[in-house]
Amino acid sequence: MVRALRSTAVPAPVSLADRVLAGVGVVHTWAEIEGPIGPLYVAWGTGGITAVERAGDPDGFETAYGLRHGRTVRRVPAMPPRMADQVARRLRGERTSGPAVDLGRLTAFEQAVLRKTMEIPYGEVRPYAWVAREIERPRAVRAVGSALAGNPVPFVIPCHRVVRTDGHIGEYGAGGPEAKSEVLGVEGVDTVALERLAATGTRFTGSDTTRIYCFPSCRHARRITPVHEVRFHTAQEARTAGYHPCRVCRPLEASPFAA
Amino acid sequence: MCADCPARLADDLDAAFPEFLAHHQDLAYGVAMRMTRHPADAEDLAQEAFIRAYRALLGYEPQRRRELHARGWLIAIVANLGRNRARRGRTAETDLDSIASLTLDERPGPEGIAAGREAARDWRARLDALPPRYGHAVALRHVSGLSYPELAEALGRPVNTVKSDVHRGLRMLRAGLLEEAVDAGLPRKAGAR
Repeated sequence: MVRALRSTAVPAPVSLADRVLAGVGVVHTWAEIEGPIGPLYVAWGTGGITAVERAGDPDGFETAYGLRHGRTVRRVPAMPPRMADQVARRLRGERTSGPAVDLGRLTAFEQAVLRKTMEIPYGEVRPYAWVAREIERPRAVRAVGSALAGNPVPFVIPCHRVVRTDGHIGEYGAGGPEAKSEVLGVEGVDTVALERLAATGTRFTGSDTTRIYCFPSCRHARRITPVHEVRFHTAQEARTAGYHPCRVCRPLEASPFAA
Repeated sequence: MCADCPARLADDLDAAFPEFLAHHQDLAYGVAMRMTRHPADAEDLAQEAFIRAYRALLGYEPQRRRELHARGWLIAIVANLGRNRARRGRTAETDLDSIASLTLDERPGPEGIAAGREAARDWRARLDALPPRYGHAVALRHVSGLSYPELAEALGRPVNTVKSDVHRGLRMLRAGLLEEAVDAGLPRKAGAR
């Protein structure tokens, strides 16, 4: 009878272990999604999105992930619907409270840089020096550059919207300057025109009707009609001419330490 | 069961947890299955129990993890969660599903397997027919293979109490078998009483 009883034991279904490990965050999960300039690999744990990379080599992605996060990461067919929706909206530049992003492995400074970068609107760019000033570390421009270069979640945190103060679009971890230019192009930023403008020494544009000056890519600057557009080389020059800084893009004097 | 599991859980919880899970999932699922009698509910219950176990382990000092009696402790979590769920009536509404899935599961395959499954189903039914206190004790001891001290920990009762529960349960099972035999008109074995 005892042997008969033992034979009634049922093994656990194979899906149980995966569900538990993902549920406690010991194993992270990843899926492929559509990004602005091609497919992306997106990984997440219980704290939110942990990594984003342009699709290419799934095995390399999993290996690098294990080394970097000390976690196994397992592919699943799709993101959870809510997270997928939030990511899609973020990538399209719509306002959304999510998705949750897990930056727990970064320093407080790196987190501050990335959270500030998240505030840059779709289709606009800001200089590295602006990020540094906004997080009240105005001299840390190079460190801002490093923090952005180490952005673990490109596209979701739009590090491509941070450019050099001299107008060059600068480096980009997710595929170099060409890729950066391409993403910005998808967002409607004319990087060639911005670089050409910067090459003439123009850093800010103002309107002689509102007497407000902006970064050239600020949505308020782009509304200025050519006849009313005034160009400034420095913020000092704009202030001397009696112009006020835009409250949306908060233009600032280029730092002498600008990258 | 892995003898050094508790020690490894103490050293590096995240590294050791997958193995802990692999060693104990059949046990936890089996108990969950007995409590819910439905595969999907059992999987949910076992999943939640393991997640709670992990969170509890996170909060434990290494010393406490090292001294853990993993199986009894884990089954106590499954049993408590299962009781709470049953109290909330989550399983009552799925009875029909469970019958459907059982018949699906046990479609006649090759004959030997079919017969084995049928026998297993009969035994599960006999266990389920016992008063829960005894059915549960017998199942933990003889289906899941817990030791008496583990059983005592899982059920939160003294060792001697769970021993006598198991024995009473077995006696009831035997009595039931005898009745089945009589009902089927089979000759009694000499001295069966």
